[in-house]
Amino acid sequence: MSWTDAPAAPYLRPMAQVQAQATATGQSGRQASTADLLWRSTIGKKLVMAVTGVMMLLYLVGHMLGNLKIFFGPEEFNGYAHWLRTLGEPLLHYEWFLWLVRLALLAAVVLHGIAAFQLSRRDLAARPKRYAHRGGSARRGGYATRTMRWGGVILALFLVWHLLDLTTHTVNPNGEAGKPYENVVATFGTWYGNLIYGVAMIAVGLHVRHGLRSAAHSLGAATAGRDRALRFLGDGLALVLTAGFLSVPLAVQIGAVS
Amino acid sequence: MKLHLRIWRQAGPDAQGHMARYELDGVTPDMSFLDMLDTLNEQLIAEGCEPVAFDHDCREGICGACGVVINGEAHGPERTTTCQLHMRHFSDGDTIDVEPWRAAAFPVVKDLVVDRSAMDRVIGSGGYVSVPTGSAPEAHATPVPKPDADEAFTHAECIGCGACVAACPNGAAMLFTAAKVVHLAALPQGRVERESRVLDMVGTMDEESFGGCTVTGECATACPKGIPLTSIAAMNREYVRAVRKRR
Repeated sequence: MSWTDAPAAPYLRPMAQVQAQATATGQSGRQASTADLLWRSTIGKKLVMAVTGVMMLLYLVGHMLGNLKIFFGPEEFNGYAHWLRTLGEPLLHYEWFLWLVRLALLAAVVLHGIAAFQLSRRDLAARPKRYAHRGGSARRGGYATRTMRWGGVILALFLVWHLLDLTTHTVNPNGEAGKPYENVVATFGTWYGNLIYGVAMIAVGLHVRHGLRSAAHSLGAATAGRDRALRFLGDGLALVLTAGFLSVPLAVQIGAVS
Repeated sequence: MKLHLRIWRQAGPDAQGHMARYELDGVTPDMSFLDMLDTLNEQLIAEGCEPVAFDHDCREGICGACGVVINGEAHGPERTTTCQLHMRHFSDGDTIDVEPWRAAAFPVVKDLVVDRSAMDRVIGSGGYVSVPTGSAPEAHATPVPKPDADEAFTHAECIGCGACVAACPNGAAMLFTAAKVVHLAALPQGRVERESRVLDMVGTMDEESFGGCTVTGECATACPKGIPLTSIAAMNREYVRAVRKRR
């Protein structure tokens, strides 16, 4: 396509044509449903990622705090795991609360992943050619910012292993239902268990570090005045989550938990 | 001073391009970057070669026509437009890489010239206000609070050069679109089309194969007019507001 063949700018085209185009995306005429409009636009899809990301982040905070109960011994930790299954009783049946949380998280993971995949494809296609000059603006973006996509893939793969290990016990060396304390100790008794978990928890920290600030932008909550606070919150939460999660394998290694 | 230049040469939209090397002597520190390219072109013409094509107009940093990526940075190392970048920011013997804006929405026309009409179409789909014709209204009829006027002016400074798109690793026009959306949403004159504007402009932006925002902040760093990154969050806010206000 040459410069002169390019379609004329809307203000050079007949007004009816411009209005017809505007109607397709905007206010008047037959309009798309809200969910459809959001899912089709880049901003809407980022909104989905932000909401699902915040859901998963809140879950992670609860999960990390629950994990710390392991320091109070097998009885309390296993009792806590059992209590999670009885939550909501007698209104809910045994384990129903847990399954509701699992379903919500599954929906969040799937939506987050699909939106990320589709947006990434779009982003890569929008910049088909790299700059020949190396080390320009690309060096500025932080490590956390540049690793969001592959970091997310690492987290998804970790999730599969984590569920096979401590939920279904398929790959757990101990694998005894109702005995999460013993299963956790067994996992961190293997070199690969520590390695996979360590890498994934660092990936979580990096993902949260950029993700929290990114979500605030997508939700429109970021303002110039809040930028420093958001960075602080993102960095702080990333650090606390990674440190909290890593304290468990560390405790098993030094024998504080066995 | 003497410079080693590596400049993107591409004969036409469909031609294969390459980085060509040139040696240029006699560059003075008070030349602008475009003066330096003019000097190179005079040398090329004298040698019987095709001069390097580049966009430029006002050469005083207000029109947004010029713009090339210098050493991997849109508009080069200083926060200004290419025409207002002076050679004193470079040293004798430097090697300088000059490339066109790179984005799927900005096809190369020739050498360093790209087609930025995608941005015109984004503006055309909503970057305007409707005003009744007739006699001029009384100037004090619609008071605008000072903070609103400042907010609008900060965003009205956008000259549409496309540096944000060129700097963005996703080739996104978020900062450009946000500047216009926030500018007009801040003013009473812009309230008439407030909702349809953001929906239509974002819709056109998506149709024009720009990417999405991943909050890298490259756009705001490259912007010669200092449009802040948080303007994109403000546009997201406007977008959510408009989606909710649709019946």
